[in-house]
Amino acid sequence: MKFAVIQFPGSNCDIDLYEALHTVCGADVAYVPSKESSLDGFDAVMLPGGFSYGDYLRAGAIARFTNIMPAIVEMAKAGKPVFGTCNGFQILTEAGLLPGALKRNDSLKFVCKTVELEVANNDTIFTSEYQKGEKINLPIAHADGSFYADPETLQKIEDNGQVVFRYSKENPNGSLNNIAGITNERGNVLGMMPHPERAVEALLGDTDGLHLFKSILDHAEVKA
Amino acid sequence: MTTVRIYVTYKQSVFDPQGEAITNSIHSLGHDEVKGVKVGKFFDVTIEEGDKLVAETVKEISEGLLVNFNMETYSYKILEEK
Repeated sequence: MKFAVIQFPGSNCDIDLYEALHTVCGADVAYVPSKESSLDGFDAVMLPGGFSYGDYLRAGAIARFTNIMPAIVEMAKAGKPVFGTCNGFQILTEAGLLPGALKRNDSLKFVCKTVELEVANNDTIFTSEYQKGEKINLPIAHADGSFYADPETLQKIEDNGQVVFRYSKENPNGSLNNIAGITNERGNVLGMMPHPERAVEALLGDTDGLHLFKSILDHAEVKA
Repeated sequence: MTTVRIYVTYKQSVFDPQGEAITNSIHSLGHDEVKGVKVGKFFDVTIEEGDKLVAETVKEISEGLLVNFNMETYSYKILEEK
């Protein structure tokens, strides 16, 4: 299974993702600059955190127009794992691959700390190595992480079990229903504000993010 | 050439934390008569009118890029035509 880590202008967590997969999990990974237009030969695609295009207009709004996006959409349609953390999550919502939107934190502050999450759904290719209801700790670092969806969409996401991670002790940004991470309806695209790639070694403070990458490695493809 | 000002704001139902903070600051100024502030942004867009109507261009660029319809809405007015 080969992973692509996309590098947008302004990405700054691309190396974290690469190292989490390569050094820690021993996976086959390569960087793919967003000016490329093909993901041939890759089985999964990872969108890193950062500030693509300086967050101009809206976080993630401009990255959607890069050359690589059609190939990412194709991967999503083919049922391959597509993962976005932080700015990657924002890009996936802006690209329409995930429902809802990420808006400015209610506090108006950039929040950088470790938060407790509950694994709300472990029946996904991204979370099968977790227990349902398990409490994990992952770092967050964002100013635009308040998840919003209109009431109808929110209900649909909840009913379909698309909410995968919830903030459990405190809601750091005002996200509706304490939502920290969601999948698409099919379950092969995951976006989350927390950074699992920053919690994969004891030296980094925590290893709670490791199971996410191991879960993906367990599943090459989601059946349609 | 037509210059159009496109206004983008949060939908009514969406909480606007910046507007809330500004409202509170205005109250600190002593203006309790101010009951609410909504923050938005605007884009002055210069369009050369050809086969496509200005209104169509505005609609397409708003829906395609300037507005995230999950949380935002827009309106516009024509500033200048020459």
